[in-house]
Amino acid sequence: MLILTCPCCGIKADETELAPGGEAHIKRHGPGSSDAEFEAYLFTRANPRGVHFERWRHAYGCGKWFLAARATDTLEVFGTYPATSTAVPDAILSRIRARRPDWIKPDRIKPA
Amino acid sequence: MSHRLPSGGRLIDRATTLGFTFNGRRLKGYGGDTLASALLGNDRMLVGRSFKYHRPRGIVASGPEEPNALVGLGQGARFEPNQRATTTDLFADLVAQSQNHWPSLDFDIGALNGLMSRFLSAGFYYKTFIHPRAFWKHLFEPTIRHSAGLGRPTSEPDADRYEHLYAFADVLVIGGGIAGLQAARTAAESGARVMIWEQSAHWGGRAPVDDPDVEGMPPDDWISATLHWLRAQPNVTLRSRTMGAGVYDHGYALGYERVTDHLPGLDAPRHRLWRVRAGRIITATGAIERPLSFAGNDVPGVMLAGAVRDYVVNFGVAPGRRTVIVTNNDDAYRTAITLHSAGLEVAAVIDARARATGDLPQRARSLGIRVMTGRAIARVRGGGRVTGVDICQHTGTGAAGALIACDAVAMSGGWSPVVHLWSHCGGKLIWDAGAALFRPDPARAPTGADGAAFVAAAGAANGVMRGAALLADARAAAAGGDAPAPEPEAITPVWIMPAAAGPGLRAKMWLDFQNDVKVSDVQQAAREGYVSVEHAKRYTTLGMATDQGKLGNINGLAVLSDAQGAPIPDVGTTTFRPPYTPISMGAIAGEARGDVFQPLRRTPMHDWHAAHGADWEPAGQWRRPYCYLRPGEARNDAVAREILAVRGGVGLIDASTLGKIIVKGPDAGRFLDMLYTNMMSNLAPGKCRYGLMCSENGFLIDDGVVARIDEDTWLCHTTTGGADRIHAHMEDWLQCEWFDWRVYTANVTEQFAQIAVAGPKARDLLQALGGLDVSSGALPFMSWAGGRLAGIPLRAYRISFSGELSYELATPAGHGLALWRALVDAGQDLGVIAYGTEAMHVMRAEKGFIMIGDETDGTVIPQDLGLGWAISRKKADYIGKRAQERAHMTDPDRWKLVGLQTLDGSVLPEGAYAVTDARNANGQVVTEGRVTSTCHSPTFDRGIAMGLVRHGPDRMGEVLRFNRVDGTTVEARIVDPCLYDPKGGRQDV
Ligand SMILES: [Zn+2]
Repeated sequence: MLILTCPCCGIKADETELAPGGEAHIKRHGPGSSDAEFEAYLFTRANPRGVHFERWRHAYGCGKWFLAARATDTLEVFGTYPATSTAVPDAILSRIRARRPDWIKPDRIKPA
Repeated sequence: MSHRLPSGGRLIDRATTLGFTFNGRRLKGYGGDTLASALLGNDRMLVGRSFKYHRPRGIVASGPEEPNALVGLGQGARFEPNQRATTTDLFADLVAQSQNHWPSLDFDIGALNGLMSRFLSAGFYYKTFIHPRAFWKHLFEPTIRHSAGLGRPTSEPDADRYEHLYAFADVLVIGGGIAGLQAARTAAESGARVMIWEQSAHWGGRAPVDDPDVEGMPPDDWISATLHWLRAQPNVTLRSRTMGAGVYDHGYALGYERVTDHLPGLDAPRHRLWRVRAGRIITATGAIERPLSFAGNDVPGVMLAGAVRDYVVNFGVAPGRRTVIVTNNDDAYRTAITLHSAGLEVAAVIDARARATGDLPQRARSLGIRVMTGRAIARVRGGGRVTGVDICQHTGTGAAGALIACDAVAMSGGWSPVVHLWSHCGGKLIWDAGAALFRPDPARAPTGADGAAFVAAAGAANGVMRGAALLADARAAAAGGDAPAPEPEAITPVWIMPAAAGPGLRAKMWLDFQNDVKVSDVQQAAREGYVSVEHAKRYTTLGMATDQGKLGNINGLAVLSDAQGAPIPDVGTTTFRPPYTPISMGAIAGEARGDVFQPLRRTPMHDWHAAHGADWEPAGQWRRPYCYLRPGEARNDAVAREILAVRGGVGLIDASTLGKIIVKGPDAGRFLDMLYTNMMSNLAPGKCRYGLMCSENGFLIDDGVVARIDEDTWLCHTTTGGADRIHAHMEDWLQCEWFDWRVYTANVTEQFAQIAVAGPKARDLLQALGGLDVSSGALPFMSWAGGRLAGIPLRAYRISFSGELSYELATPAGHGLALWRALVDAGQDLGVIAYGTEAMHVMRAEKGFIMIGDETDGTVIPQDLGLGWAISRKKADYIGKRAQERAHMTDPDRWKLVGLQTLDGSVLPEGAYAVTDARNANGQVVTEGRVTSTCHSPTFDRGIAMGLVRHGPDRMGEVLRFNRVDGTTVEARIVDPCLYDPKGGRQDV
């Protein structure tokens, strides 16, 4: 039962207040995209044992979506940040690197 | 024989006699007894039968690790199977019965299974499932079904109530032995908010039985003093009879408090589930003694050595008059000394080690107790009760030497720390070869949100078994820092006894008493290639069921490791999963049962429906009238009456449950164009339009009518079940994808009552109310207008789901009942009736309108349903558009919507498939369509249906065959889905 801090309202939210939304930082491909692009957008998902970026909604709180960086193996949370972010905040990337020196940043994760 | 001693028993009150019933026989115990101690005090050692062979089973342990003494407790609605006698506090008039025997505990026909043991060895379920098939069906399955199962639940509703409690703690200590008490004290002294749980009724754990003193004080005095201090602290909460059931992510823990199990009749919740978020958790959960694996170690009268002295010291009960102790360690000598001090005979201590020179063995010898080192038990004599043991050399094959007569055997294979709670959330273990135990590895503790360890083990649970080292370990767990290394336990691992026992003896050495798994079964699993300990567990059933291997797991995996020639840590343990011991279903449900299982949503007209014969059907959390039953009327007749009344006159349906979402803002039109497959931005204010919503996968997820309220406001109707889901869908796209668009949404479903007035006389009825101009000129089909009717403010939408002239009237919820009543009153002369959801469903089916959830199932796109007209070709994009261009979505072979009419007029079965004569490569019948909705149409007086059929729209008039449950088929002709008023003249007048 995770705790994630909602960056919108600041509440340390219990997992029962939250709704999961899958992987974060996935770029939408609409009409005109190739089959490969669309397949990647709709179906291809990372499933790392380790650092992961996820979408969550504070569904039974303020209702806002937000993003979270956390480790799927140790349940460590590196930080949460607004859903409007196209890049991962520097402070969170620094914390990940400090805690996981071997972590290799996926290409789709953009630094701020 | 087991019996009550004339004196002693620190937990019992001999002044309080309690009568109870076991298997119909009245027996007596004392206040403070457990059911197990009371049974032993009455010489009831035999308490059950094993799962597979129905072998006689006696009490083995004194705590939650007990595998055998599982009883059915209580009666009627308070009956509960599989309750442990060892953790059941005795109370007056307790009623218990033993399990898993037929016809009686003493004579059990299932024990014949023991004669069939050759066929019931490891993996027998899997093997008999496979071949020969007929044997399984006609022989094995009926036999096993009759004899299987440990206890049967009652079929009555639970008569008790339960509750959940939520709490927070800086430090949660699980376990109230001296390690837990010390850890709680150390944490409380630092100012932390502390909660401590003890699973039993008594604090202090094993110390009063095992230890001569604690920090120089008699153990009971130390415990009292520490409890006294803790109870005086405002920052400490103590709960006894509360088991730490599980440890979860980020410091979450579940506690299971048995509030009234020992106080039946008290007006309080029976069980309480504590849901606690803790900053840190200290597991001071103690250790569990391991049996030794020798032939006949399951005969009643063979018990754990620690349990034997528990019964003597705590309850003044002796399991036997003449006891043999068998051990591989010094600790078991405590039992010898305890029995001797109580005036009981110790026939011998059989010690597998070549030498036993520690303090405890020396003390035993000085008391005159015979100690035989390098020896083992070759086999136990006796069937229903121990009568003696054959002694042999431990290093040999079991050639029997002396026979020692005895009526009890106390065995100790060493102690295993209770690492379950440490392991629940990812804590790892290390194998301590010297002490022969798995202990928590502090370098690989469960970690919290900050990446730091949030669980620490203390005391015996950490492999630090006693004395000053144990208390130091507890302080270190609470305060941080390292504890000094404890003195190693004096133990030599013994996994089978004697060490070179042959197959005959190994087939009589029990590892798991509850599930009847023997050393030979695990060795067989290894021979058959079961390398993973998890697979071996399932294959042999070692450590399954209510027991979960508390006694047998380490012995079992040691045998597996030996058979594989792999070290114990390489074989590893099976996964420890919550709960630690079984908890009641009632505790899990808490208050959420009956009327409060889910919130019930009521429309403003709910009570009117109830008063007028509503036959309710659930629609999500709503209740909607399926139909309104008149006295003596059957449901089908009511539905038919309602439909004919609407088609011939006018009817009302409560449509308040329809989702209503306001979408507003300068970019609202642009947003709705992305959300719906058709255009919504060009809808004129005052107009309505039917729209379809798809997921990004292209599949149809909802439909409904959109009304444009003003320049920047739209009102989107969703299906009854869809309001929250569709609102969340909108917010997802608005917040995460198009967050720079100026659009706001509000779910106003409950703010409005909505009434559909349908039928050729609908306009007459509204005009009778007076007010808003509802003429076709002022309010044409697919438009809306605001105003008042009968003085009530409302919006009237000219939309129809029945195919008739229809208005949907939306009024603020507080006016809903008044508007409904006004319509009913004004409609008396017109013959107005209220109709339910089934009439609505049938009328929409007669019109060929699709229903989300009937015609759609998450694999259907609008193009499958002939709804191409509602998909804009002009728009560059909408959610789902790209997906609908994928090859499979544009495949001409996709099944498409048609109407279906049986040739004989019967109603097609729900979900029936259209079958062909062809078969596929697997020999299965090739199908070419399926029924999506089907009903009897009173309008046409025949069965009508819709379905998805391969090339369906191109096959009008063809006859298909649909399967029926009885194996026959029924013929149906493909027709247009819209049977009623295909030109739509009736709704647009
Ligand atoms: Zn929030």
